[in-house]
Amino acid sequence: MNMQVAQETAEAATGSLSVGKLAVFYGDKKAMGPVDMEIPGRKVTALIGPSGCGKSTFLRSLNRMNEMITGCRVEGDVKLDAEPIYGPGVDAVAVRRRIGMVFQKSNPFPKSIYENVAYGLRIGGVNDRSELSGRVEQALEHAALWDEVKDRLHESALGLSGGQQQRLCIARALAVEPEVILMDEPASALDPIATARIEELIHELARDYTVVIVTHNMQQAARVSHHTAFFYMGDLIEFDRTDVIFTKPRQQKTEDYITGRFG
Amino acid sequence: MKRPTLQASRRPRTGDAILWLATGLATLLVLAVLAIILFDVIRNGTQKLTLGFLTKAPAEGMTAGGIFPAIIGTVELVILMTLAALPAGVATAIYLHEYADPMGIPTRIVRIAVNNLAGVPSIVFGLFGLGFFVQFAGGGIDKLFYGGAKVYGQPALIWAALTMAVLTLPVVIVATEEALSAVPRDVRLASAALGATKFQTIVRVVLPQAVPGILTGAILAISRGAGEVAPILFTGAAYFLPSLPHTFHDQFMQLGYHVYVLATQSPDVDATRPLLYATVLVLLALTFALNASAIVVRSRMRRRFSGAHS
Repeated sequence: MNMQVAQETAEAATGSLSVGKLAVFYGDKKAMGPVDMEIPGRKVTALIGPSGCGKSTFLRSLNRMNEMITGCRVEGDVKLDAEPIYGPGVDAVAVRRRIGMVFQKSNPFPKSIYENVAYGLRIGGVNDRSELSGRVEQALEHAALWDEVKDRLHESALGLSGGQQQRLCIARALAVEPEVILMDEPASALDPIATARIEELIHELARDYTVVIVTHNMQQAARVSHHTAFFYMGDLIEFDRTDVIFTKPRQQKTEDYITGRFG
Repeated sequence: MKRPTLQASRRPRTGDAILWLATGLATLLVLAVLAIILFDVIRNGTQKLTLGFLTKAPAEGMTAGGIFPAIIGTVELVILMTLAALPAGVATAIYLHEYADPMGIPTRIVRIAVNNLAGVPSIVFGLFGLGFFVQFAGGGIDKLFYGGAKVYGQPALIWAALTMAVLTLPVVIVATEEALSAVPRDVRLASAALGATKFQTIVRVVLPQAVPGILTGAILAISRGAGEVAPILFTGAAYFLPSLPHTFHDQFMQLGYHVYVLATQSPDVDATRPLLYATVLVLLALTFALNASAIVVRSRMRRRFSGAHS
């Protein structure tokens, strides 16, 4: 390995995603792409666009969750720090341990708060009690939930409020220490105060993780993200720094969407 | 134009009234039938229902004594049947629901088979059990291991339990499949997104949530197993036995069959009648108790993580 490559690898090991000619099909119908996109590591990237534009499909193809949908097929590739996630012999399960996901509707398991966060660790083979509880605490701290739940860790997660449940789902994703966190409209079902907490949290997370977030809320994209990608009719129309997208977009379509002329 | 009034109409709503009456009467009918049965059985059954009746064997040609061997036989039969039917049924349902291609030909064939199995009359299961389990399987075991001596190749507890298990298998499969479908897709996705394999998701997330539904299947299977007589007629139930079954290849007495025996084979009908009533009462009580205990287990499991603070 020569010096240059070594240096590049070191620089790249920040959880960046490199998307090349990625296209997703449902049966014979193309849902999205082909898309080329360089998602920078340890930054928040927002995906915006009208309903059905392919942004959620794109998000799911970044950690191979689309394979849970029957009839879904992917072309092109995605590289996590130069490692292809669709390469031959790559295990989707291993991919998802490094690229976690938070869903639109909070979906805690009907287990205790503690067991929810410990789940990913347990299935990963962590059984040591003190290691488990340390990492559960750390993840809950990270998701800004620890102070609210530390006295009721062994109560059902379903007793938490909607916003708390969503932060629990974030904590659960963080516990397995992924490099990338994908979020599919994580705050769309929450009230404004809970939303504000999630947004604050997303901002914090970008220090250690790459965050890719799908949102319908353009103010939210403007508030939380460093980069924004605008999708329309299955194509990536424009991808740039968030301030550029929102102040001087290069594409007419982007401007029309941002200013509320359609969508 | 007249403004619509908010006042309740004075005219009764005939549709509602008719439906209320019809559904109410139907409900009453169901309750009445159950009440009549229970009333009759309890009134006539309690007089002979003593501790001795529950702990002694029948005596004097079924005109005296108790039903202890039949209670033991029934319990053993039900337990063995559940041990056989539950794992096989749950496994089949998991395969059908989680692994098999839902549109594939093999899946459809299995589904059709399960549905048809549920429709086979129970006496046919009895004959099947005699032919397949007793003669084929049991006879085979005897030839292989006992040099042709009749050990397993005759009606026995194990064959009756397996026959009953086949009969109740569809109930378990259908209930388990329903329970698996009721587990939200959300939590499966959440598990997959955390890097769980399909196996881990099934074992750690799907099955625990499906347990109450699976128990429902077990309840239905058990109450059926405790009450059915036809499948065990040729496969292991005995008219009268001086001793309790000690091995899987012993014959056994069973409450349902004992009721049939008391009702049809007694030399003295009047002397037997109180015993018959008491036996029916015990059979009913046993079935109800089995059901009730399973329902308690199920509701406890449901409550455990239903979101209520404990």
